[in-house]
Amino acid sequence: MLYLIEQFLNGIQLGMLLFLLAAGLTLIFGIMDFVNLAHGSLYMLGAYFAATFAAWSDSFVLGAVLAVVATLAVGMALEVIAIRRLYRHDHLDQLLGTFGLLLFFNELVRLIWGPAGMTLSLPPEMLNAVQILPGLFYPAYRLVIIGVTLAVALLLYVLVMRSRLGMLIRAGASNREMVGALGINIKLLYTLVFGLGAALAGFAGLMQAPILTVQIGMGENILILAFVVVTIGGIGSIRGAFVAALLVGLVDTVGRAFLPDLLHAYLSNAASSSLSRSLSSMMVYLVMALVLVVRPEGLFPATSK
Amino acid sequence: MNDRLEPADVGRLTLRWWVNAVLLVVLALVPAYAALTGDVFAMTLFTRVLIMAMAALSLNLIMGFGGMASFGHAAYLGIGGYAVGILAKEGVGSGFVQWPVAVAASALFAVVVGALSLRTRGIYFIMITLAFAQMIYYVAIGLDRYGGDDGLTIYKSSQFGGVVDLNNKTLFYYLCFAVLLASIYLVWRIVNSRFGLVIQGARSNDRRMRAIGFPTLRYKLVCFVIAGAMCGLAGALLANFTNFISPAMMHWTRSGDLMVMAILGGMHAMFGPLIGAMTFLLLEEALSRVTVYPNLILGPLLLVVAIFVHGGIDGLLAGKRRG
Repeated sequence: MLYLIEQFLNGIQLGMLLFLLAAGLTLIFGIMDFVNLAHGSLYMLGAYFAATFAAWSDSFVLGAVLAVVATLAVGMALEVIAIRRLYRHDHLDQLLGTFGLLLFFNELVRLIWGPAGMTLSLPPEMLNAVQILPGLFYPAYRLVIIGVTLAVALLLYVLVMRSRLGMLIRAGASNREMVGALGINIKLLYTLVFGLGAALAGFAGLMQAPILTVQIGMGENILILAFVVVTIGGIGSIRGAFVAALLVGLVDTVGRAFLPDLLHAYLSNAASSSLSRSLSSMMVYLVMALVLVVRPEGLFPATSK
Repeated sequence: MNDRLEPADVGRLTLRWWVNAVLLVVLALVPAYAALTGDVFAMTLFTRVLIMAMAALSLNLIMGFGGMASFGHAAYLGIGGYAVGILAKEGVGSGFVQWPVAVAASALFAVVVGALSLRTRGIYFIMITLAFAQMIYYVAIGLDRYGGDDGLTIYKSSQFGGVVDLNNKTLFYYLCFAVLLASIYLVWRIVNSRFGLVIQGARSNDRRMRAIGFPTLRYKLVCFVIAGAMCGLAGALLANFTNFISPAMMHWTRSGDLMVMAILGGMHAMFGPLIGAMTFLLLEEALSRVTVYPNLILGPLLLVVAIFVHGGIDGLLAGKRRG
């Protein structure tokens, strides 16, 4: 039972990280109609920035803040230089262009930071395990991830649904010409949204960095998971992304934790270990295929568009 | 938009025609060049070009002409390759068994993926094909008997009863060349047939095609399966070329490579995928000779093509530019 709760918490933690990535992707898709394969690169940059700044300033928190600011800046610069020229193109041109960016960023990181990975160490008070239930100890840092990402998600909700900027963002998603005609600077709005998405991705990267190593290509596999989340949730829907992120996080973690034992009960040792390894990695994609077969536009199809 | 060969272009020696003709002559002469100069690496490089061109061609049949942008096309390369590798490991060395199994297995996978995916459209289709490719990728990782994550070395190429010896590099090159040419011809026949017109009609306006009585889903599925089977054959060639299979050949970035090749060359042209594959692979090779950071140049180049060039390299040849 305790093991189940622990895995459940791990699932929520993965889900919240995926949400940070997926929120940016789905915002950018919903508002600018733009598919961004380079989103994982911003996740990677966030982690590298954090590792560098934390080592330089000798403070995890300061490093994290600087890293978010830096990815925000990179994202906005990227939008102004390249991305905004691709909005009017079809999705395939966007895939080609952002695939080029992905190659570019991987190489740039190799040039600047070298081919070896980096580590981002935690402040000592986050290294401990906390007793959250009698007999159940859970790493403090993972709780921090859950707490902080939940706060960011809430902030994002308030920003998009309750603020004037969010009103413009939502208006821009449903009718960009009309918003432009009303005197809103659409170009600036798009730059801000892209920067916001980049900062969220960078934030997700730096939060994950202490758990995994910071390395080239670290954004590639999680990018695909984030795409799965966006697709299941319904492209352009932040609410959908939130629900789907939790679903994917839980399915992935719980599947990995329990499938081996489950299969082991029915199959021979060798067969079950090999099958469970494949099956637990496949679970999320199975869920996605299932969702799309039943609902071709995801769980929460965005009404606008 | 100029999607098909315009009647006015047929029989006229346009720039595009010349480039394609020169390209074929160059490809036909590569083994001679390699034999004269002793540049063995040129053979390796161009054999890879031919095989990847075939994979990109099959992708382009559904993506360029059918509007079905599959982001999981490397899965078929992998299935074709694994069919050869697994049979070889289990002692079935005959190419007469291996290759048909490679094609059939890829076609079967395409039937399943197509039947489930073709109901979705646009970006959802891109994502669901990606999901299925990821599943196959993880299946391959779990195949402990066949190397799991590390992959599997194939010690013996496909045997064709002494008729064709694949270990002969020149012979293998010309085999790939012939298979590629046959595939281009096949795609050309498909695209310009009644069947192909329905597919292209469905790309432009699916609802209208259905309204005038075509069950477009069935047409698209058949087209999807043909493309999968063709890519499976390319996978069988690839396994015999590298003598090695691994899950890495199905990683999603490999699907991205195929997409890049097709878009780069020009999606609405018969020779586009070949031009794209050749440009991409040669550029990669040339850049890695002058710098240790080739993608620092290659990446932005792709971006520039995406932004400024309409219809890929073929679009440049035909003199079409984005307004």
